[in-house]
Amino acid sequence: MSKAKFKNPVVKWIDHRLPIFSFMDHELNHYPTPKNLNYFWNFGSLAGIALVTMIITGIVLSMNYTAHVDYAFDSVERIMRDVNHGWLIRYIHMNGASFFFIVVYIHIFRGLYYGSYKAPRELLWILGVLILLLMMATAFMGYVLPWGQMSFWGATVITNLFSAIPLVGESIVTWLWGGFSVDNSTLNRFFSLHFVLPFVIVGVVILHLVALHRFGSNNPIGIDVKGTQDTLPFNPYYTIKDLFGLGVFLTIFAAAVFFFPNFMGHPDNYIEANPMVTPAHIVPEWYFLPFYAILRAIPDKLGGVLFMFGSIAVLFVIPWLDRSSVRSSQFRPIFKIFFWILLADCVLLGYLGAMPAEGIYVILSRIATAYYFFHFLILFPLLPYIEKTKPLPISISEPVLSGSSPASAFAFREKK
Amino acid sequence: MSTKSKTKNNKDEGKRDFLMVSTYAMAGIGAASFAWPLIDQMNPAADTLALASTEIDLSSLEEGQAITVKWRGKPVFVRHRTAEEIKNAQEASIDDMRDPEKDSDRVTNEKYIVLVGVCTHLGCVPLGQKSGDVKGQYGGWFCPCHGSHYDHSGRIRKGPAPTNLAVPSYEFLSDTLIKIG
Amino acid sequence: MNAKPYCFKNKRFIIQSCTILSLFFSSQVCFAAGDKITYPKLDWSFSGITGTFDRSSQQRGLQVYKEVCAGCHGLRLLAYRNLKAIGYNDNEIKAFASENSVNTLNDEGEVVEREARPSDKFVSPYPNEQAARVANGGAYPPDLSLIVKARSDGANYLHALLTGYVDAPDEKKIPDGMYYNKYYPGKLIGMPQPLYEDGVEYADGTKATPDQMAKDVTAFLAWAAEPEMEDRKRLGISVILFLLVLTILSYFTMKQIWAPIKNR
Ligand code: HEM
Ligand code: FES
Repeated sequence: MSKAKFKNPVVKWIDHRLPIFSFMDHELNHYPTPKNLNYFWNFGSLAGIALVTMIITGIVLSMNYTAHVDYAFDSVERIMRDVNHGWLIRYIHMNGASFFFIVVYIHIFRGLYYGSYKAPRELLWILGVLILLLMMATAFMGYVLPWGQMSFWGATVITNLFSAIPLVGESIVTWLWGGFSVDNSTLNRFFSLHFVLPFVIVGVVILHLVALHRFGSNNPIGIDVKGTQDTLPFNPYYTIKDLFGLGVFLTIFAAAVFFFPNFMGHPDNYIEANPMVTPAHIVPEWYFLPFYAILRAIPDKLGGVLFMFGSIAVLFVIPWLDRSSVRSSQFRPIFKIFFWILLADCVLLGYLGAMPAEGIYVILSRIATAYYFFHFLILFPLLPYIEKTKPLPISISEPVLSGSSPASAFAFREKK
Repeated sequence: MSTKSKTKNNKDEGKRDFLMVSTYAMAGIGAASFAWPLIDQMNPAADTLALASTEIDLSSLEEGQAITVKWRGKPVFVRHRTAEEIKNAQEASIDDMRDPEKDSDRVTNEKYIVLVGVCTHLGCVPLGQKSGDVKGQYGGWFCPCHGSHYDHSGRIRKGPAPTNLAVPSYEFLSDTLIKIG
Repeated sequence: MNAKPYCFKNKRFIIQSCTILSLFFSSQVCFAAGDKITYPKLDWSFSGITGTFDRSSQQRGLQVYKEVCAGCHGLRLLAYRNLKAIGYNDNEIKAFASENSVNTLNDEGEVVEREARPSDKFVSPYPNEQAARVANGGAYPPDLSLIVKARSDGANYLHALLTGYVDAPDEKKIPDGMYYNKYYPGKLIGMPQPLYEDGVEYADGTKATPDQMAKDVTAFLAWAAEPEMEDRKRLGISVILFLLVLTILSYFTMKQIWAPIKNR
């Protein structure tokens, strides 16, 4: 690690003993970043900010929330009505979950498009998928807390997935519930886990960043950085770009929080949980819909559950399924077409997840599910054998065709 | 590089620094204002504030008896004082009291003394409401935590408490009905 | 002209993916609005990003709630003190609250009734759900505190439902204790038509047609469900203006900082 020079004597004194300032200087200030990143590289830092926002608003909500079946619903309404700015904090947390997923999904598809999961970034990718899984668990349990009808029936249906496990399924579900139905014990343990899991996510995010900084960011053309002429110091180039991205993101987010706070929610969750009546049309939160569609596409209970979990499990191994050594889709004409088909397929699955499981919707879900697995399990390994990739540029700084003028303007670096 | 382009560069740099400082300053202001709702949510909520008043019916409170009611989560003492207690309270010399206050300044109707039942030392509830309680050297209330003695007017006479027992704001709605808060 | 580095040619990709994503979200809108029964869409004063509640309509709505709905439906999440927000003063609220009574314990530990105070929640007509069901032939009149938020397109739905009592088609058999309503899911509802011409006498002289009463009570209940709405929108506008300025400012700063790189 390059020793940074600090002027402030206090900073110097501390840094000599505990080099956190050197660390931050190295990882956040000088950190060499490919100079050609596009706006899709903004979503990583946005995800981080979304996580922090969720944790801050969550801690504050917990100060006012009561995890008991008799009080949970009313305590959330008290937050909405009586707690100072409670409605704001709750709506930020509620919509924040949706926006967190939007950001993370874009972040993931970015990785798929530019081949960011390929060597040497396999572990970075795996940690990312792990974060996705933890987020899903967290969001699922968080949605149970307001104890509305959708909370209750979502919890019932999702926990019942585990009953598909042969032999021990029923006992596992009873264990998850701490009783014979979703009830007070379930609510309490979900609150406890919902509180703690985000901090586990923070831990995994730190590992994710350590892995990222080992080799640095991938970039839109997917070729390795050849030297300093290909990179820029993170600060000020990407700090300002991230800030601009954050501004755009927050503006859209604020529009949702202040003007359409319940758009992504479900009206039934404003009806208190009633274990005796299931709502006519239960749907999970939108971010689970593609997985829900896969679950329902399979006509067998255990099979559905396996395919659903399989759809995430397969993400863990794609660094080894994709055999092509070219990262970016920009140089893989066929892969690129299939990328868009995959994206459309996932959107279609999301749509189907919200439709009743009948008629044409079931057939479409099956086709879409089949495509999803085909894409990763068959297309990924086989494509490199048939696809002719385009010629790669020599380096990031150089245009593909003409070999002229490598850029190396580092106004800020020179100043330091 | 020519001198001309150099001054242009300097100007650009100046403009850039100005933009950068104002952008980050504004981002800082934004972040700081977001802190306010997070802090303010810890202040009493609207329903808590709304519970700020309580009515107490004194019609069945006999002379010499006391009752304790809950107001804002704290005990409020009401004592129907005997003539002798009133006399004691009124005649005590306030000159050498730690927190000198005349009894007449602490009551609306001299028969009833109304006090927040929280010791001004560190917040314990003093004894003296029940007939069997220890009432301390001055016959009013006695805080067992660190030994504060209060008189019939709830004034601190001995012990570590710095001030007299607080008198809440209250009003008599009728002869025997008071509203606290 | 110098060829731009390959790496900066990403516009098309960005546009493509934005299109796909917006398709996804618009499909979400579609099924949010995809209910089979359609109701008339009214022009509520409180819709839109600057919409606010109409105080006199809310006050009339409170009267309709009190004289018509409150016989069966509670409003348990609202406190009497909240009525301040729709334009009543402390004394009016106190008087309004004191028409109701709540249970309390007396000094002997017996349950007794006392007058409700502004800090009390609206007193529900039945002590519990069981009692409500027994009194209503098995049907449970839901609490109305959140009704406008708990139904999709709640305000239009509520207004439609209240004005949706029409003669049943001849072939339709109406079971005892059920009523035909063209906007109720399934069309058979346990609630008899609540609003009739001049069902209440408005203090402000407004003509109490069923349509008017339905609009007023909906305005009142929309507020009951989202009492924070006006504050929320007001704050939202300043927050968004602030963010827009910040975003534009950071955009120009970014351009400045990146200029030497991009122009090379
Ligand atoms: C990864 C981060 C997080 C996600 C994705 C998440 C997600 C959610 C979701 C979807 C809800 C239901 C919102 C609703 O419909 O009302 C919720 C509620 C809640 N969450 Fe979180 N949460 C996160 C972090 C946290 C943290 C760190 C805490 C506490 C320290 C927390 C505390 C709460 C509480 C108390 C509620 C219930 C109040 C309410 O429903 O509004 N959350 N969360
Ligand atoms: S708290 Fe009463 S004497 Fe210390």
